[in-house]
Amino acid sequence: MSVYINKDTKVLVQGITGSTALFHTKQMLEYGTKIVAGVTPGKGGTEAEGVPVFNTVEDAVKATGANVSVIYVPAPFAADAILEAVEAELDMAICITEHIPVLDMVKVKRYMEGKKTRLVGPNCPGVITPDECKIGIMPGYIHKKGHVGVVSRSGTLTYEATHQLSEEGIGQSTAVGIGGDPVNGTNFIDVLKEFNEDKDTYAVVMIGEIGGTAEEEAAEWVKANMTKPVVGFIGGQTAPEGKRMGHAGAIISGGKGTAADKIKAMNEAGIEVADTPSVIGETLIKVIREKGLYDKCKTH
Amino acid sequence: MNIHEYQGKELLRQYGVAVSYGTVAFSPEEAVKAAKELSTDIVVVKAQIHAGGRGKAGGVKIAKNLDEVRAYAKELLGKVLVTHQTGPEGKEIKRLLIEEGSDIKKEYYIGLVLDRQTSRVTLMGSEEGGVDIEEVSENNPEKIFKEIIDPVIGLTGFQARRMAFNMNIPPKLVNKAAKFMLGLYTVFIEKDASIVEINPLVETGDGNILALDAKFDFDENALYRHKDIVELRDFDEEDAKEIEASKYDLSYISLDGNIGCMVNGAGLAMATMDTINYYGGTPANFLDVGGGATAEKVTEAFKIILSDKNVKGIFVNIFGGIMKCDIIAEGVIQAAKEVSLDVPLVVRLEGTNVEIGKKLLNESGLNIVAAGTMADGAKQIVELVG
Repeated sequence: MSVYINKDTKVLVQGITGSTALFHTKQMLEYGTKIVAGVTPGKGGTEAEGVPVFNTVEDAVKATGANVSVIYVPAPFAADAILEAVEAELDMAICITEHIPVLDMVKVKRYMEGKKTRLVGPNCPGVITPDECKIGIMPGYIHKKGHVGVVSRSGTLTYEATHQLSEEGIGQSTAVGIGGDPVNGTNFIDVLKEFNEDKDTYAVVMIGEIGGTAEEEAAEWVKANMTKPVVGFIGGQTAPEGKRMGHAGAIISGGKGTAADKIKAMNEAGIEVADTPSVIGETLIKVIREKGLYDKCKTH
Repeated sequence: MNIHEYQGKELLRQYGVAVSYGTVAFSPEEAVKAAKELSTDIVVVKAQIHAGGRGKAGGVKIAKNLDEVRAYAKELLGKVLVTHQTGPEGKEIKRLLIEEGSDIKKEYYIGLVLDRQTSRVTLMGSEEGGVDIEEVSENNPEKIFKEIIDPVIGLTGFQARRMAFNMNIPPKLVNKAAKFMLGLYTVFIEKDASIVEINPLVETGDGNILALDAKFDFDENALYRHKDIVELRDFDEEDAKEIEASKYDLSYISLDGNIGCMVNGAGLAMATMDTINYYGGTPANFLDVGGGATAEKVTEAFKIILSDKNVKGIFVNIFGGIMKCDIIAEGVIQAAKEVSLDVPLVVRLEGTNVEIGKKLLNESGLNIVAAGTMADGAKQIVELVG
């Protein structure tokens, strides 16, 4: 079991003929992801990496039954690509693209209200269920099939955590990168709910960063609802106030969104927070040992 | 991207939003000339720097005649102004806004900002104007009102009026205030602003509502569709290294330490800074080379790090996903060839194409300390820098 995606997921790549998309389509295919279609307006009828290309998402879905899309479309056109995926009623759209104007995303979010599609991202590494389906840009080899769920606002920091877990023989059920933008589709709580209900996930790693209050809200939710152990990490503990640290979301303003506030809220919710990113794996192992879950989580 | 107050007011004027009248001046002569064209006897001489708190720091002067305008302009131009937002080093005043004095009856606050919880633009207002809004939020949170705006229909008239009533704007001026807010919202949306703050918004003795200050911040990701806004950028207000980095789409921020960092991904870049601090070092910068970097961009990134004279060592920490390790390696090698690298360099590579990347570095003949993990790399660079 896993959350969101599995071996039966049929993937559609939006913007497939761009160089980044081609590279990662190849990587995803090599990993075993079922990529059934690509979309690039004007390139319908051609092939990319052996995948049939269509002019519209609608055409691609009709012809192939694709149910999840991954978006590599450049930022000025990415919001439109998300809308197209939503209109085609895909189960999920995973948007990798970074630098999408925030007001574009405000409109996208509004349009998505009451619609079927779940959006993950934008500005995210994607979603992976190890050994079954890799959708996005994460390096496949650092993952291992198992029972720990990973959810994170940061791409490369997710790799860091996942790599540590795999090195220690702790596999993952699914790793979800929700992205670092201030307006995104799926938040911590959405993913935590899924992990809480997934019978094959025994513990969760949650990686946040400075800016906003998503971690504080997630901590509240964990305190009230989560039945599985959660460990965390917050990036940007030493970042100065008022400086935007790369992610549009990562900025401490007016004393709000500090790492200290987030860590406090998480600790109060029973979430153990790693001191440095290098000990996220160790911290999780310590916690699952205490809860008697280590043997169940250890994959060989 | 920030702009100056006078530029913000010019923008508001274009949208029919009421602002006090004034002109920019770069010299005392220009200041006097500008003052002559104003219709009031009282003239306000305002320092134009990209930071708040100018009034308290002595950057705003009230002149009663042209001689005083000239004297204040002389005093302010070239002076380094230190406010609570500039940092201790302050900012040099190079431009002044010469503005008509207003008969202020009452000061209010009005602003537009993205509310992350609702993913909507939110109008914020308060009758506590002219002071730091963070202070109001701390001490009198009940005096801050919010209107969440549906992007489909935009700010509505009734929302704007409700805000005006909540802010205790006199009933006969509510329609003027509402018109002001609706115009402000239009500018915000049409120009892809990320923050607009009017503090203070004032009620004048002759029954007008107008902006006495204007603070704008624009979404960097949307600047590609606003050439007019890009032209307002004042490079004097920004860090030279940050300007250079932005030419190559690198996300770079200067910090006070001596360990240069080059990382991919904002989260990992912040975590790398945290880890260096944890082992007793101090980072000289935040640098995210991003996902789509080329070897050329990496080379430029390296040069920018080295242009900081405080840098005593460099830590490259890459966990390749969309970024390929071989591209990083090529960039590092190229940069080391172009600039004489005389500080220790620790490199940690992991992720996409890691083997090719490591091979390139090994065969380059460069004096590079290889690190197995982020912690290992951080420890090594802190020791090497001493």
